[in-house]
Amino acid sequence: MRAFKILLITFLFFTVPLQINSAEKVELLKTDWSFKGPLGKFDRSSLQRGYQVYTEVCAACHSMKYLSYRNLMEKGGPEFSEAQAKSIAASFEVTDGPNADGEMFSRPARLSDKFPMPYPNEKAAQAANGGAYPPDMSVLAKARKGGVDYLYSVLLGYTEPPAGVTLDEGVYYNKFMYGNKIKMPKVLEDDLIEYGDGTLATEEQMAKDVVTFLMWSAEPHLEARHKMGFRAIIYLTILTILVYFSMKKIWSRVESEV
Amino acid sequence: MSDHNYTPKSKFGKWFNDRLPLLSLANHLTDYPTPKNLNYWWTFGGILTFCLITQIVTGLTLAMHYIAHADMAFDSVEHIMRDVNYGWLIRYIHSNGASMFFLAVYIHIFRSLFYGSYKAPREIIWILGIIIYLLMMAAAFMGYVLPWGQMSFWGATVITNLFSAIPLVGEGIVTWLWGGYSVDNPTLTRFFTLHYLIPFLILGLVVLHIWALHVPGNNNPVGIDIKKPSKDTVPFHPYIVIKDTFALLMFMIIFAFFVFYSPNVLGHADNYIEANPMVTPAHIVPEWYLLPFYAILRSVPDKLLGVIAMLSAILILAALPWLDTSKIRSAVFRPLYRQFYWILVLDVLVLGYVGAMPAEGLYLLIARVATAYYFAHFLIILPLLGFKEKTLPLPFSISDPVLGGSANLSMAKSDKKEG
Amino acid sequence: MSEKKVKRRDFIFTATYAVGAVGVAATVWPLVDQMNPDASVKALASTEVDVSSVEPGKTITVLWRGKPVFIKRRTQNEIDEARSVRMEDLPDPEKDEDRAKNPEWLVMLGVCTHLGCVPLNDKGDYNGWFCPCHGSHYDTSGRIRKGPAPTNMSIPNYEFLENNIIKIG
Repeated sequence: MRAFKILLITFLFFTVPLQINSAEKVELLKTDWSFKGPLGKFDRSSLQRGYQVYTEVCAACHSMKYLSYRNLMEKGGPEFSEAQAKSIAASFEVTDGPNADGEMFSRPARLSDKFPMPYPNEKAAQAANGGAYPPDMSVLAKARKGGVDYLYSVLLGYTEPPAGVTLDEGVYYNKFMYGNKIKMPKVLEDDLIEYGDGTLATEEQMAKDVVTFLMWSAEPHLEARHKMGFRAIIYLTILTILVYFSMKKIWSRVESEV
Repeated sequence: MSDHNYTPKSKFGKWFNDRLPLLSLANHLTDYPTPKNLNYWWTFGGILTFCLITQIVTGLTLAMHYIAHADMAFDSVEHIMRDVNYGWLIRYIHSNGASMFFLAVYIHIFRSLFYGSYKAPREIIWILGIIIYLLMMAAAFMGYVLPWGQMSFWGATVITNLFSAIPLVGEGIVTWLWGGYSVDNPTLTRFFTLHYLIPFLILGLVVLHIWALHVPGNNNPVGIDIKKPSKDTVPFHPYIVIKDTFALLMFMIIFAFFVFYSPNVLGHADNYIEANPMVTPAHIVPEWYLLPFYAILRSVPDKLLGVIAMLSAILILAALPWLDTSKIRSAVFRPLYRQFYWILVLDVLVLGYVGAMPAEGLYLLIARVATAYYFAHFLIILPLLGFKEKTLPLPFSISDPVLGGSANLSMAKSDKKEG
Repeated sequence: MSEKKVKRRDFIFTATYAVGAVGVAATVWPLVDQMNPDASVKALASTEVDVSSVEPGKTITVLWRGKPVFIKRRTQNEIDEARSVRMEDLPDPEKDEDRAKNPEWLVMLGVCTHLGCVPLNDKGDYNGWFCPCHGSHYDTSGRIRKGPAPTNMSIPNYEFLENNIIKIG
């Protein structure tokens, strides 16, 4: 009973700051993410499609500097086969060197290479995008309040500006973006790309796939974490029960309640 | 406290113990007579020891991979999260461990406040505890800077700027703390050094804290001294050890829930954006465990006075053994103090809440009232209460109510009816 | 207390200890394993070396996984010397044919098997390598002949690609 009280107070203690965080939130668009929940896993084909959306659409401006091609075949990710991952890597050129003559040269990428950067540096990225730096997307899903729901909503949140709002050249209106002004134009259109697996490339489908891909890139060990957490909590529960009975036995020697 | 002389049974044990009495120490720790009526609020000392050790062990392993350099810190944290074997697990335990540590320390402190554990003869234990708490805040703050995200950077900027409130030398101190003209690489490397050092200082102080505890022995829910050690106490091992273990496991289940299922819920999304000295995030909020003090800081319109108010809010606790004039320890027998105690708990929660809100309008007003009440509790209510309050009659000994078959609280309630 | 009761108590305690020990072991493993090579180290690329400019009799040293790799273009004399040694004379018998797939090229990890120093080229009593740290002598096939080193210098995985390029790893 007392133990229950401890739990209750603990719970209250944590929910207070949580509610603070969730205050003043715009109602974001929701979709059914397969990776939510204590045993949630990524949808492999969605990850593979998401990778396709990233390379064919986003990669022109957004880097993913923490990803390597080997990640594409690692467990818990898109899980391309090794051959597929190698051929994906080989379709990109990376700079290597210096060679024996002291010169840099370019060669096809290998599994251990990082994803290439679309711009040589941040200034070049800004110059090419009207002063706005397209953020690196490796951990983007964790770097925005609202996480995946927010990213999904922003991708689908482009509308005409309401009356009275004037936009500068190169600025777009978005219902869900903080401040409603965004320098990224609307990119997703139905049938913008053709999915390798024949899935219909609707706007929502592409947004969902690429955001799933971004969630994986931000938390590549999410599946391992969920699985280990499930085991850890079951284990702790069993041990707690055993310790409880041991405690009852031990305290039965004294005339006092535990 | 029983001060019996212990003699090891084996010859080697005796030889060793005569030269270094480790076996005597171990014997003291296992036999240490503990009041048998301790409730679960007393298990948080053990839980805090677990938290400290967890933070030190995970911190040491993270330090094997972390790079304290402004250009590489963020990358090295991502390297830990992605490539290091179990790196994600160790980092999430460490980052959520800080929150769990503070959760436990707040329960520990409020237990002390309820049962009057800070009163004579335990003032030194209490003051050591306050120093530990201050060091914990320093360690947590500096640790939060290390990932070098936006919140790290701007948190460091804002907190170090507090020192600029000091007249005349303030600016100089801030520059000295930074090692430059802004928070930058020199700041990061020195914060890493101190973040590494402080836990070991805490560990040393914890040893003193426990040493000081073992001189008078534990307080207990009834708050009276031990009359008959044979009846009132149980040996620490196995009775308290198993009970602490049980409570610790329940605590670990909650801990595991955060680590495995919401590892980032207590953090801030902006800290996954690399530090950028040119852009400040829209809302700068400290970690939840510092929010009440942040609210006090902001509730005072003057920069210097705000900093003084915030520091006083913590330091005033050190004077508590002398501000509380009541001779009765446990709130169980202090009907009025009990009411004020719960108002204080509520007050601190309110301060925490407004600390997370923008400092304007109604929030600012609430923050000011709550700040005023916080100080009034310690400076006015407690000193007066000791003289005015009509306390309930105390039981004769710890074992008496227990032997009578009634729990302490129900005992107190029946006393209340009679009195 | 009846005998049955004692047994049950013992069972509870034993089970608690056993389950607890499993948990401790499971907790220790991640703390140990974090010091093993991480995923980025394990995935480190193979190194490709262009050896077209190496003269016969010369050795180049390249870095692979943080260690030196000797690539020696052996002369016919050196090859003959390496192949004529009787197995009985070797502390760690190994045929030169097994160590150098293409006899002209010896590709070998340049690390002394005694305590890890880098041996010197064209030194020692056997015209191969000599380790200055503790005096181990290696022959033209990189096999240990004299001194404290227990085994021959090891051969990494490598293959010849087209155009005189050797891919190590």
